[in-house]
Amino acid sequence: MPSDINNKLNILLLGVNHKTAPVEIREKLALRETNPPALKLFHELPACMEVVFLSTCNRVEVIVGTNDIERARDQILEVWQSRSGITDNEFSECTYEYRGIEAVRHVFRVAASLDSMVVGEPQILGQLKDAYRNASEEGCSGHILNKLMHKAFSTAKRIRTETRIASQAVSISYAAVELAKKIFGDLRGKSALMVGAGEMAELAAQHLKTNGIERLIVANRTLERAMELASSLDGEAVSLAELEDVLVDADIVISSTGAPGLVITKDQVKRIMRPRRHRLLFFIDIAVPRDIDPRVNDIDNVYLFDIDELKEVVEENKAERQKEALRAERIVESEVIKFKSWMQSLDIIPIIKKLQEKAENVRQKELRRTLKNLKGLSDKERQAVEKLSQSLVNKILHDPIIFLKKGSRDKDKDDVLAMVCRIFALNGAGETISFENYMKEKNKLEGRCSSKQAN
Amino acid sequence: MDELLFQLVFFIYIAATAGFIVHLVSLRKGVEKIAFYILAAGFCLHTVAIIFRWIMEKHAPLVSFHDTFSFLSWAIALAFLLFQAGHNVKALGAFVSPVITIMLAAGLMHPRQVLPLPPALKSLWLPVHASICLISYALLTLAFCIAIMYLIQERQIKQKKLGAIFRRLPSLETLDVMSERCLKIGFPLLTLGIITGSMWAESAWGSYWSWDPKETWSLITWFLYAALLHQRLTVGWRGRKSAYMTIIGYVTLLFTFIGVTYLLPGAHSYAL
Repeated sequence: MPSDINNKLNILLLGVNHKTAPVEIREKLALRETNPPALKLFHELPACMEVVFLSTCNRVEVIVGTNDIERARDQILEVWQSRSGITDNEFSECTYEYRGIEAVRHVFRVAASLDSMVVGEPQILGQLKDAYRNASEEGCSGHILNKLMHKAFSTAKRIRTETRIASQAVSISYAAVELAKKIFGDLRGKSALMVGAGEMAELAAQHLKTNGIERLIVANRTLERAMELASSLDGEAVSLAELEDVLVDADIVISSTGAPGLVITKDQVKRIMRPRRHRLLFFIDIAVPRDIDPRVNDIDNVYLFDIDELKEVVEENKAERQKEALRAERIVESEVIKFKSWMQSLDIIPIIKKLQEKAENVRQKELRRTLKNLKGLSDKERQAVEKLSQSLVNKILHDPIIFLKKGSRDKDKDDVLAMVCRIFALNGAGETISFENYMKEKNKLEGRCSSKQAN
Repeated sequence: MDELLFQLVFFIYIAATAGFIVHLVSLRKGVEKIAFYILAAGFCLHTVAIIFRWIMEKHAPLVSFHDTFSFLSWAIALAFLLFQAGHNVKALGAFVSPVITIMLAAGLMHPRQVLPLPPALKSLWLPVHASICLISYALLTLAFCIAIMYLIQERQIKQKKLGAIFRRLPSLETLDVMSERCLKIGFPLLTLGIITGSMWAESAWGSYWSWDPKETWSLITWFLYAALLHQRLTVGWRGRKSAYMTIIGYVTLLFTFIGVTYLLPGAHSYAL
């Protein structure tokens, strides 16, 4: 029933992400420079009643609540394309579109980081929260998007606690830090030594720092570069000649020189174990060719991971995440189903209202007529008649209302609603609810919703 | 009555062990805490059972194997509960609770009759010497369990097998430090146990040391632990070597506690 679909509030999502569009296009579509800002721009469109605009480095999405999906879609596409200045072709090739329950599923998956480039990365949830906060501060979000966003956040939280989707490192530098934690427990008070100044080593050193490493030493062939890096990482610089001395103090060694041969040999490490009182020593060799003699791993209390081994760890973790992602998808599905039934119950509320209104009108009218004819009734008798009419109405309406509430979850819900409307002659044959009525209802609900939020 | 209590405690310990193992396998939240409380409940009941036994025997229930095993199990539970309350080493319960259960089972397998105490042993030294020794054994048991965990975790990291076990066990350094803590309390108590034993020997038999097999073997055990602690504190021994020594020390300790009585009869052999 097309008129029915046109009238009820629905969700539409248009967007691009890292899989569908290159970064140049994503940047343009983010509409960073427009005035008014993108959120307002879309909210001003007549068909877009509610808008949330999400823009991150990997995705740009417009989520709208609308009563006329087709119109909203056309309006958004037109504005978006003209403002971003990209060609027709490019635009239609890289945007995706989800409607109704599909849009709900997509938002839930995005929030839970199932649609991310690195599945399980935690930033996206924060970015979505920011986008929503922005929309509600600007008054652009409403009943249906409020509900959608809150459900998306709680679903993401549920996934985070019930699955281990984000519990393992999926980058080499993170994996190195995770390993260090499994060897040393707490990294506070430990010292790290960087041999060579590779980019990945720098990244790992930064992670170590944020995890509480107390002292950072940078050793490099050219002391100048060492000092440069040391000052940017707030560490100390030494030359390679002093390597053996600083090895005595270090707990974690990250090696990434471009040297053709070994920089740290087994004998060297054996020698320093006694002066360092056999404290545990963790070598991370991310240089190619390798800097550290692989036999170092055979020494007691010395642990060595080279780049290939770290990559393997990362691959295993990724595989683990994929497994967890499957469980997460199941959670998303169950939440989507819950949301679906909420969306459907949204349709029946106005009908129930109408039904009750109609019955009440009939009752009032008939009551008035009857009481006019029955003169000389005492107050008590009048009340009894009124009560009788009231309970007649309630009893008769009880089953149809239950039927509506149950029917709203069926597949052929639209038929059910149409049938009820026809039987009770609500709004003419088959046509369910008018838009005006819908909006009235919606505004009422919204008032309730926002007061809940304020709490 | 006392036997019924002991059996009940035994089943509670089994339940706690199952809980710890379920937690280790499934990592389900809350299960470890529940297992911990079950164990604590078992421990309280165990305390009641021991007091009951004490009243029944009219001397400290630390003579027969039935009672010493039971007391050792009780002491390990006590040490574990206190230790976890302070440090909360994850997964430790799954390694310690089976030992607690086995020790109690070993006690229950021995005859529970109360044999008349030889007059020479009726002394205040009995509860002092025996309880100190058994509490030191309990701490050394904890050190042993932690050393086992260390070796498992060490092997995972050395061989780069970073699977389920790797994720479940604590870090190497945590395990090493915790094992040392147990040794540092357990060893002085063991020393004290031997000293009180020799003082008791003097008052009962008139000589401090008579090279009875039990005495000889406790001395061997003591030397092993002394060497381990000495190496740890002076040279900085730690990690795998120290864990192996902890295990060797514990095996010797078990032999001193059980094997000597069965295999090498001497002044202590009444304990059967």
